[in-house]
Amino acid sequence: MKTYFRELSVAAALVVVLLALAVFAPAFYQPQPLLSLLTREAPTLVVACGMALVIISRQIDISVGAQFSVCSVCAGLLAARGWPIYLVLPASAACGAFLGALNGALVAGLRLPSIVVTLATMVTLRQGLNLVRQGEFVNLPDGVQWLGLGQTAGQWLIVLTALGFLVAFGLGLRHLAAGRFVYAVGSDAEAARLAGLRPQLATFLVFVLLGALTGLAAMMNVAQSPQVQPLSGSGLELKVIAAVVVGGVAISGGRGNLWGAFAGLLLLACVAPALTHLHVEAYWEKAIQGAIILLAVVADGLRSRKGGHR
Amino acid sequence: MPITLRALPCMSSPLLALSQLTKSFGGARALRGVNFELQAGEVHALLGENGAGKSTLIKIVTGAHQPDGGTITVAGQIVAGLTPAAAHALGIACIYQQPALFPDLTVAENIALRLEPGSALRRVDWPARRTRAHDLLARIGASIAPTAEVRTLSMPEQQLVEIACALGAGARIVIMDEPTASLTHKEQHLLYAVVRDLRAHGVGVIYISHRLEEIFMLADRVTVLRDGQSVGTHPVDGLTETALIRLMVGREMTQIYPPAESVPGETLLTVRDVGCAASGVKHVSFDVRAGEIFGLGGLVGAGRTELARVLFGLTPADSGEITLAGRRLTLRSPQEAIAHGIAYVPEDRRRHGVVLDLPIAHNVTMALHRHLFPTSWLRFGAERSLALEFIRDLAVKCAGPAAPVGSLSGGNQQKVSLARWLATKPRLLILDEPTQGVDVGAKGEIHRIIRRLAREGLAVILISSDLPEVLGMSDRIGVMAGGTLTAILPGHSDAPTVMAAALGSTEKGAA
Repeated sequence: MKTYFRELSVAAALVVVLLALAVFAPAFYQPQPLLSLLTREAPTLVVACGMALVIISRQIDISVGAQFSVCSVCAGLLAARGWPIYLVLPASAACGAFLGALNGALVAGLRLPSIVVTLATMVTLRQGLNLVRQGEFVNLPDGVQWLGLGQTAGQWLIVLTALGFLVAFGLGLRHLAAGRFVYAVGSDAEAARLAGLRPQLATFLVFVLLGALTGLAAMMNVAQSPQVQPLSGSGLELKVIAAVVVGGVAISGGRGNLWGAFAGLLLLACVAPALTHLHVEAYWEKAIQGAIILLAVVADGLRSRKGGHR
Repeated sequence: MPITLRALPCMSSPLLALSQLTKSFGGARALRGVNFELQAGEVHALLGENGAGKSTLIKIVTGAHQPDGGTITVAGQIVAGLTPAAAHALGIACIYQQPALFPDLTVAENIALRLEPGSALRRVDWPARRTRAHDLLARIGASIAPTAEVRTLSMPEQQLVEIACALGAGARIVIMDEPTASLTHKEQHLLYAVVRDLRAHGVGVIYISHRLEEIFMLADRVTVLRDGQSVGTHPVDGLTETALIRLMVGREMTQIYPPAESVPGETLLTVRDVGCAASGVKHVSFDVRAGEIFGLGGLVGAGRTELARVLFGLTPADSGEITLAGRRLTLRSPQEAIAHGIAYVPEDRRRHGVVLDLPIAHNVTMALHRHLFPTSWLRFGAERSLALEFIRDLAVKCAGPAAPVGSLSGGNQQKVSLARWLATKPRLLILDEPTQGVDVGAKGEIHRIIRRLAREGLAVILISSDLPEVLGMSDRIGVMAGGTLTAILPGHSDAPTVMAAALGSTEKGAA
């Protein structure tokens, strides 16, 4: 109970918001808008699974938004060329994994600070994409939107897939030796090395995994509209990192889990619809999200000062 | 030992006098009554084993630590509540082995930073800065350009800049902490000349060194610290090296160590002419038998940890041969070393021996995931029972296997670190300072555990800077100095013999 206090308090905040909405804005609970909200957040959730791993291992990747855009455009172009969806999907994941491997190789191989490396790849990918595509949209052939299933079925498929990833990674992080290594490396990479683990390899792999998940998430986003927007991923990195941090994953590594990150993501995602339903101006959305993030960071700061080991 | 105190020139009051200084850290008593006196124009050597209290003493004199008891008198005035700034104002300066300069600033800027008080918005007089730096450096005979960036300077040049800073600040008391440890022979002589020059100018120098030859060459008097107490101040003239070593180790070995009862078996580890250029280990040869505790003694920085890191594959050897149970090994990574049954409990466990944030159980299984969880799926039950087994076996005081290691005391953290490696069922166990920072009770427990492990047939390499521990625990003792093994002594050797080996070859290395 004490161990998961941080996650439980985020979950409690979420429950309070949901209850408040039930009382003051029951319209929030109409099934179709709710499903749409979840579908919109599904790609973010998938990226957040990977981001949590990266942050737990004491790294960060701010290039995920740019990776997302590149993967989206690649997937769109392949689909437009007539590739079947079951080939476009792995291709998008592979594209993401490649970009993640690039980051991972620079961070783990050359031991460069991840914030600088991924800042550089973010700018490069984003500008490179602009240069090549000149902001052009990609029109998708029929059968790509909603994966050819019709809107409701497609939405359910996307939401359930995202939840599937959440459960798989959430369990893997706790129950697989590999998950344990991620925590060990994030807590104390040198201690992990002296225990015979390979911190550099683990770091490389979490970046690759995050890239692959970003590629899949991009595909989940592409499938939601009739055309691919080249800027679809802009701002995604901030959204994902905010969700993960609000959910109790320590930015200093070694602590947190995906259940908390999931609660954090839902909490931040609820802000906009809650404002709409409560007839508050939408300008408040970012301010309130910012306040939530600040609160989470301050809470973590106070906690580590009180209970920290010297 | 008939040593008479040489009559000193009559002076009104000493430059610095410390009387009955005491200082404890937690339960450990670092200083338990130190008396020390420094005259103007004197080089006073401070000597003692590792952990005798030299560093604590310096930190008190420079104001970094406050003493628990006793008085500090500077030029006849009793000073209380000494802070680093107050020490600086009193003219106390310390030159550390690793100079604390700003590498990206120039020499003149570094000196100015120490010496120019005043507003952050004042106008900087650059020519005056450079002139002063030039003058100060010239005073100690150093030919260093004031405009050079500090990172382009060699270690001794940086020390000279530190000394220039001290002079510029009007230092009357200069403390030098192993100033020649990283210097070449030629550079050392440059430094000696500066020390003599300081003395000629009436500065009092407290000179800390492990090199006895230096002390005989430079110092006027020597004060020996042992177990946090000053055991006497003597003029260097009447002393011999043997007498000095005896003063340092002094105490009789009390029988607090569990008796050696194991009969060593077959030779397990053979090390032949092993070297590693990157970490300074060279030409090391020795054997360790199963069931034997092989102690590694020597001074801090002698290369013992570096040797352990070679044997564990952290900094692979680039020459020589390592054989374990008849098989020649190439150890390129900790994974390989672990696979061959080598375990290494590192020093400084707070940093790297255990992961403080993770529970005891996670720490215990960290090095044997592949065996305990062959499918990679963690079995929490098996993990828990293994952790419980070690908690019981090593008497770890804790709330349970789920308690984070950071919540335990130092001794119990060390036991968890040990448990991790015992869980891998090693054949060779390397312990690096296993009882450093551990209280007396836990220390005894760890000693008994080590003995038991040896009795069970484990080959143990025990690295310790605690000389009595090496003497009391080891079946044989290897002494290191300057990155190489200088002597292998029987386990019943006496402290002066080991100390002479550890110091003696330092002299050789310096020559």
